[in-house]
This record gives sequence, C-alpha cells and structure tokens, in this order.
Amino acid sequence: MMDAVEILFTASFWVAAIRIASPLIFATMGELICERAGVLNLGIEGIMTAGAFAGWFTVYMGGDLWTGVLVAALVGMAFGLLHSLLTVPFGLSQHVVGIGVTLLATSLTYYVYRLALPEVTSPPKIEPFQPWPVPGLSKLPVVGEALFTQTPLIYLAFILVIVVAWGLYRTPLGLAVRAVGENPGAVEAQGISVTAVRMGAVMAGSALMAIGGAFLTMSAFNSFFFNMINGRGWVCIALVVFGSWRPGKALLGAILFAAFDAYQIRLQQLSGGVVPYQVFLMLPYALSILALIVVARRATYPKALMVPYQKGER
Amino acid sequence: MRLEPKPAPSLAMSILYPVAAIVVTFIIAGVLVMLAGANPLSVFRLVLKGAAGSQFAILETLTRATPLIFTGLAVAVAFRAKLWNIGAEAQLYMGAIITVVLGTGALPLPAIILVPLVMLAALIGGALLLAGPAWLKLRFGVDEVVTTLLINFIVLLFVSMLLEGVLKDPMALGWPQSPKIIAEAQLPRVITGKRLHYGFVIAVALAIGLWFVMKKTVLGYEMRAVGHNAEAARFLGMPVNGVLMKTALLSGGIAALGGFSEVAGLKGSLTLDLSPGFGYTGIVVAMLAMLNPIGVVFSAIFVAGIFVGAAAMSRSAGVPSYIADVMVATSLLTMVTAIMLSRYRVKWK
Repeated sequence: MMDAVEILFTASFWVAAIRIASPLIFATMGELICERAGVLNLGIEGIMTAGAFAGWFTVYMGGDLWTGVLVAALVGMAFGLLHSLLTVPFGLSQHVVGIGVTLLATSLTYYVYRLALPEVTSPPKIEPFQPWPVPGLSKLPVVGEALFTQTPLIYLAFILVIVVAWGLYRTPLGLAVRAVGENPGAVEAQGISVTAVRMGAVMAGSALMAIGGAFLTMSAFNSFFFNMINGRGWVCIALVVFGSWRPGKALLGAILFAAFDAYQIRLQQLSGGVVPYQVFLMLPYALSILALIVVARRATYPKALMVPYQKGER
Repeated sequence: MRLEPKPAPSLAMSILYPVAAIVVTFIIAGVLVMLAGANPLSVFRLVLKGAAGSQFAILETLTRATPLIFTGLAVAVAFRAKLWNIGAEAQLYMGAIITVVLGTGALPLPAIILVPLVMLAALIGGALLLAGPAWLKLRFGVDEVVTTLLINFIVLLFVSMLLEGVLKDPMALGWPQSPKIIAEAQLPRVITGKRLHYGFVIAVALAIGLWFVMKKTVLGYEMRAVGHNAEAARFLGMPVNGVLMKTALLSGGIAALGGFSEVAGLKGSLTLDLSPGFGYTGIVVAMLAMLNPIGVVFSAIFVAGIFVGAAAMSRSAGVPSYIADVMVATSLLTMVTAIMLSRYRVKWK
C-alpha cells in the first residue's frame, strides 16, 4: 500500500491534478473577467452545464472536436448576452439574475438533452481529445507527464491565463475592463461606453465558462450526464476571491484546489473504507469556504462590483 | 440607453406588468414545446388539467406547493434584508435530518408534545445552519452567496453519509433510506386518505404570521431598512449586524421547517431525493411574489402547479417534463424585468 506522502511524488497524481484544474481555470478566468468589469456572474454553474452539453452534442452529431469547443463558446456567449442585458443596461440584481440564468441554462440543457435522446439510459460516448505530447519536453521526469503530455485544451487553459493577464494589464481594452469595475464614471468621461465594455466582458467571460464545461465532456470524460458540473462553478467563484481577482493567483488557487481534490480521491482509496467516502468528497467544498475566510480580510474587491451604472448619475 | 424613474405605477399597471411576464414565459415555453413537435395549446391545456383539473390534481398541487411555501418564505425574509441565502436546500435537509433523528422512536412522547418539539428542534437546526454563513459575513466579510451554495453540497453529502451509515434503514434492502418516523411524530393529513397534510396549513399560517412581522413589527421595519440601505440604517443607529443575524436565524429556521413538513407530513423518511431543488425553486417563488409573504403562498401554488401539471402532461404528450423547470426559470427572469419596467422608463438614445 502506498504511503499518503508518497502519492505527492507520483506523476499520475500531478497528471490528475492538472486535468482537474483545467476546467476550473477556464471558468475561473471567465468569472474573473466578468467581476473585473463589475459584474458578478452567478450564471456560471448553468453556463458550464450548457457548455458541457453543447460541445459534447456537437461532436455526437458529427462535428469535430474544435467545432464543439466553438459551439460551446457561442452558447456560453448567448447566456452571457442574456445575463449582461438584464444586469448592465437594465441594472437588475446580479444575484437574482445570476441564479435565474443558472436555473434557465441548466433546465434548457436538460430539456434539449431529453428531446434529442429520449430513450437512452446511459448517455452515448464520443471520441474525446487525445493527449498531445510536446516533443522533447514530455520526456522530462514527473513534470513531463503532468505538464507536457496532456490534451490540447489543457495547454490552452494555461495559455489562456497568460493571455488574460496580459490582456487585462497590458492592453487598452484590459484597462477599460478594469476601469469599469473600479470607476465607471471616469471611463464614461473618456467617451467609452461602460455598458458596452461590461456587456462585452460578461459575454467573453461566459464563453470561457462554457468552454470549461465542455472540457469535462470532451477532454476529461467522453459523455454528458446530469449534475455533472456538481458545484464546480461555485468553486470557481470562490477561486476568483481567493486569487484576489488576479489571473496568476487564481491559477495558483485552481491548481492547489485540484491537487487537493486529486489527493482526497487517492486518500479515499488508502483509507480502505474506515472513513466514509462522503467525508473526502466534502473536503473540497469545505476547503473553498476555508480559503474564503482566510483571504476575506485582505480581499480588495473591484470597487464597482455589483454596482449598476447609470449614465449621468453620480 | 438609460432608465428614468416613473411615478408610482397605478394598480392596473402593477397587475398588467406581472401578467405580461407570465404571458411572455408561456410564449417562450410554447416555442420549446413546438420544437418537441407538439401543439403548445394542447400541451398547456394538459398542464392545466394535470395541475387543477380534478380534486386529485388540486390536492397534489397543494401538496407540492407546501415545501415551496417554506423555502419561498425563507428566501423572501432573507432577500428583504439583502441577505442572500441561497442555502435553503441545505437548511431544508437539516430540518429533515433532525425530524428523522428525533422522530424515529428516540423520544417516546405523545404526539401533542412530540410534534411541536421536533418542529422546534428542526427550526433551531436550520437557524444555526444559516447562522454560520451569516456570522462569517458579519465577522470576516465572507460573501454568503458562495458559502451558502457550497454548504448545499456539503449537507447533501452529509445526508448521503447518514443514509449509508447511522441512519440507514436495515429493512430497506440496500436502498439509501432512513427508517420511517413513528406515528406520534407524524403530521396528520388534511383529508383522510389523501396526501395533503397539515404542513400546508402550518405553511399558510406562517406566511400570514410573517406578513404581520414584516409589516407591523419593529423587526420587520428594521429588516426592510437594512435591505434598503444598510449604511443609512447604521447611521440611524440601527443594530444592522443584529438585524441581519436575526434575519438569518429566521430564514434558516423557516427553510428547515420545510424539511420537517416533508418528512413528518408526507414521506415519513429521509432519502437523498427528498428535495428536487426546493431550495433553489424557493428563490423563484419569493421573487415571483415580490418578497411578499402572502404572495409567496400564491406563487408557490402557481410554481407547484406547473411542476405537477407538466409531469402529468409529459406522460401523455411526450414533451420532456423539464419544460416545467424551464418555465419556472424563465418566469423568474421575465418577472424581475417586468417589475423593473413598471418602475422605470427606458430611454433609448
């Protein structure tokens, strides 16, 4: 029997950790962009569900994998449009609309699923993304397997963090996104539309959430089943807070969380049924709450988060 | 585009806008029904028949509305003070757990004592479950939306653990189910032989009581003031944190009564599918009622009718019963939009 500490030094553990982290990275980056622009997007759980189904279903209907990713992103964007229309120009409660979007996206997904596949008891499988070893680097010990022998979507997740960080801090568009989340009045004074920037940010962020969902059906697993997101969206919201709205820190949080998740699965096997398996399954959620408590005191929220903006109103 | 406040809407307008929201919801659902290859009008007729077409249907709708009144009231009370309790699902299960723990023979008491005692214990359990996130919010500034959401998953896993462990019914042949509660812990049925139970009566009485609390008491006034503008309330010397904590205890306790009522009135035992999302649907129920406790009773019956009617329709018309969930979610979004439009004029420019 393997020792509890030894697990940490096995390549398969880190391969799993990176695989578990990837959908969280996509969705966390999506939520981060929304919140940086001042919009809390509680639609995340439902948008991930819709993305998971849309990507998988596209491939099931004969599309190729990248088309599936694109379709998932477009579906996410559509829900982002709905969310942002209601929360930005209409200024409705972001809590209520977010929950509404989650309920709508989830129920629509299940409805369409049942329409498309009325009779199936076990969902059909697709051929998911295959690992794509990076020549040379994949031969490195431990990290070679964990970081460079993964599926293309996993590489994309890591590249995405760099793009989001660069985009937010080094481009005029990123400056506009951050500014509408901090001081929308000043942005409007520059002649930039706060409404347009916020809506664009929510739509882009929602597309990423949907890709995070699609990762589950197209890279981590190979079919769609009910309740498959299982709170991952809410965990991502906690990760954004934990990462104090910074892409790099949020990435670190996602990897830590995923490593913990991969670890509890292995500990579960190690404990040999003495401790109920549900205790292990609770740990990731409990850890998310704990992480929120730890960072809460020094959390610096975007100042205009959840504050609707009205032109000409001071 | 910008929004300008309108003068207070007339009575006709304040009825017209919500009605329009429901009409839009049915139009959207109608399009989805057509996608399924069915005729929307005949499907809606079947839904109505399934929800209210017979004595059986009406009683079934009221039975299904009962837990939704509890969770709807829990959410309405919390949201009024802008305490975002998304954890009614977990609090409901907490009430159910306590009902099963105390109601399966641990306390050999007559019904007249046992039922109120179990009810009180469930109330306290649910109150304490929401007190945690409320305390974290007040003490450390941890957002209660995320904590209450995550606790839903933790509590459901806890229920699963209990049902496979200490609360497992040895007679249930491996099915994860708790033993049945004893007769003394059961709520009586309203009509003998039918499923409608006294949980419904308690729920309606609670709604009236809460309406009174919200409208006529200092606590109700303080809750509304804190929800409207916490900073101003603090400036006026209101104990904002205390009010929020009282709100949390009240809200969590009410949701837990929903779990008590489902077990003691209807199911008799605890299972993992005791609640098909009553906690989340409670949010819709509360919003449709514009957070008015009396309104919650009617919106819960409306929402329950859609679920019960759609389940009956689905059996005969072949449209997936998830259409009910879509309609409920859509009605939430159309209703909040309608309320906004009744209060503001949209200026396009």
